[in-house]
Amino acid sequence: MKILVTIKRVEDYESKIKVRPDNTWIVTEGVNYRANPFDEIAVEEALRLRDTNAPSEVVAVSIGSGAATAEIRSALAMGADRGIHVKHDGFVDSDAVARLLVKVIEKEKPDLVLMGKQAVDVDDNVTGQLLAEYLGYGQATFASKKESLESPEEKGKKPGLKLAADKKSIQVVREVDGGVETLELQLPGIVTVDLRLNIPRYASLPNIMKAKKKPIEELNPAGLGVDVAPKVKVVKVEAPPARAAGVKVPDVATLIQKLHNDAKVV
Amino acid sequence: MATILLVAEQAHGHLKKATLSALTAAQQLAQKNGGQIQGLAVGAGAQTAAQELAAYGIPVHAVEAGFEHALAETHGAAIAEAVKKLAATDVIIAATAYGKDIAPRVAARLGAGIASDVMAVVSANQFKRAMWAGNAIATVEVTTKVKVVTVRATEFAAAQKGGSAGAVQALAVSAPAAKTKFVEYAEVKSARPELTEAGVVVSGGRGTKGDFKPIEALADALGAAVGASRAVCDAGWQPNDLQVGQTGKVVAPKLYIAAGISGAIQHLAGMKGSKTIVAVNKDPEAPIFQVADYGLVADLFKALPELTEEVKKLK
Ligand SMILES: Cc1cc2nc3c(=O)[nH]c(=O)nc-3n(C[C@H](O)[C@H](O)[C@H](O)COP(=O)(O)OP(=O)(O)OC[C@H]3O[C@@H](n4cnc5c(N)ncnc54)[C@H](O)[C@@H]3O)c2cc1C
Ligand SMILES: Nc1ncnc2c1ncn2[C@@H]1O[C@H](COP(=O)(O)O)[C@@H](O)[C@H]1O
Repeated sequence: MKILVTIKRVEDYESKIKVRPDNTWIVTEGVNYRANPFDEIAVEEALRLRDTNAPSEVVAVSIGSGAATAEIRSALAMGADRGIHVKHDGFVDSDAVARLLVKVIEKEKPDLVLMGKQAVDVDDNVTGQLLAEYLGYGQATFASKKESLESPEEKGKKPGLKLAADKKSIQVVREVDGGVETLELQLPGIVTVDLRLNIPRYASLPNIMKAKKKPIEELNPAGLGVDVAPKVKVVKVEAPPARAAGVKVPDVATLIQKLHNDAKVV
Repeated sequence: MATILLVAEQAHGHLKKATLSALTAAQQLAQKNGGQIQGLAVGAGAQTAAQELAAYGIPVHAVEAGFEHALAETHGAAIAEAVKKLAATDVIIAATAYGKDIAPRVAARLGAGIASDVMAVVSANQFKRAMWAGNAIATVEVTTKVKVVTVRATEFAAAQKGGSAGAVQALAVSAPAAKTKFVEYAEVKSARPELTEAGVVVSGGRGTKGDFKPIEALADALGAAVGASRAVCDAGWQPNDLQVGQTGKVVAPKLYIAAGISGAIQHLAGMKGSKTIVAVNKDPEAPIFQVADYGLVADLFKALPELTEEVKKLK
């Protein structure tokens, strides 16, 4: 089967994020970049599905500036077979990303598309769902599994998504409010992954070397015939309101007294 | 005139409380765009939930047959069709797991822009929302004629009942053939209040080493919900559903107690809107103390049972 995974280049969650003084965006100088953590989980799942269903192929796609090839390379170093880079400088909203992906998918015709549930820069949590609707596909968002990340299944690197014997559908366990839901998704379909689907592998040094030779095809929005003017524009970016500093209390007796008499919450 | 369609979240006729926060957001939008609000409930029990929502003074449409399971494909299609039938210009849904799953499909079906998880209504087409784990608050502008908005429930007080009840009407929409099939739902049963609806939340982190007894005892003494950090859910110590944070649940109770939680930015993103925050951590340098109104440097296995006893004495 052919599996397409999407990778977004995002600010490293360990970097300090500060708002620009002109309130147009965040300060990007001095910030580290990396692949969106959810997308690494998507790549890991794609590799496990590929390796238990040979012959299969994993194609990693990123939309972004020239620098995003680094994140495609990181997916290739994890084990993806080839990359596609839709090159565009500047802001692309999630809707435009979804419409670009439609074009890539029409060309590639994958059986399954694996994406992160949320990009941890814009925190939108919409792209996979938009894409599924544009394509008329089914979707299973927030994919997880019943087994924990400490389970023998995870240690054995088993796929959390269960492909049917006829490869026409896949069973997905989803994290929803109040519990977990299982859906059977007809292929081709879209799955967005949550945190507890797997623990992504690290790229080994030999695989990092090998990844340098794997092909990355370069495309652009104009060539794909997609207008990337945003439907949702970011007009201002501000620092969050600061919380007033609190106090340390010496013991439980003082704490309960403060909660009861001052804050009146107990 | 603008028509704002408020989509209810309901399960078997029981209206989810987040819907009432979304209604408040809809009312704020109505003030900005002069629009009128109509409700929509979809799925098994929609009629009953519609009755409940109509008591808040808005007309509510119910789509019941053919939409039993909350599949994004079918519910999304039903909502989009309702938008067209009612000539709605704005669609508002609470940003719960249900809302996040279906709202973008509605947007794509209508060619609408979507602002997700909004915290404030700035104008008829501008909304505030958190980005980068709450490190920044963006004002976004939806440029399309029809707009879809999902609402962070904790940022809007629940609407109050008032005025005369609106009419409830059945709405006929066609159910498309779905490419997904519902297999099962495994509910995590708990006698405690629901995390996102509770007035008090007691959360445990890796510092519990998986032993949640002190957390649960304190929660029960306070009538509180239990929450957890990602570390706890990843380890399988508590259900995933209890994760508070950027990529889990957002909560804003009147009292949030974090025990054995370091206070990573991703955790803070889900609880820093709480009215009063208490942190119990044995590391005086833990970042959680920077947002805590009351910080106690202590071993949670000692402090929490003491606190539980004190709480019981007050009752
Ligand atoms: C993409 C992404 C998304 C994420 N989303 C979330 C999210 O939604 N929610 C979330 O919570 N995290 C999230 N995280 C993880 C987050 O970065 C932290 O790793 C996590 O919150 C840490 O959990 P913790 O505080 O329980 O554990 P730790 O950071 O290990 O902290 C444990 C704390 O317990 C204290 N302690 C130990 N023993 C005791 C004791 N006996 N008594 C008192 N204190 C004790 C220690 O001093 C320490 O401060 C995310 C991370 C990423 C990369
Ligand atoms: N520019 C992009 N390039 C590749 N994938 C993307 C891009 N933007 C979003 N995605 C994918 O869509 C998922 C959800 O993103 P979002 O809806 O923006 O939060 C991410 O986890 C990615 O897998």
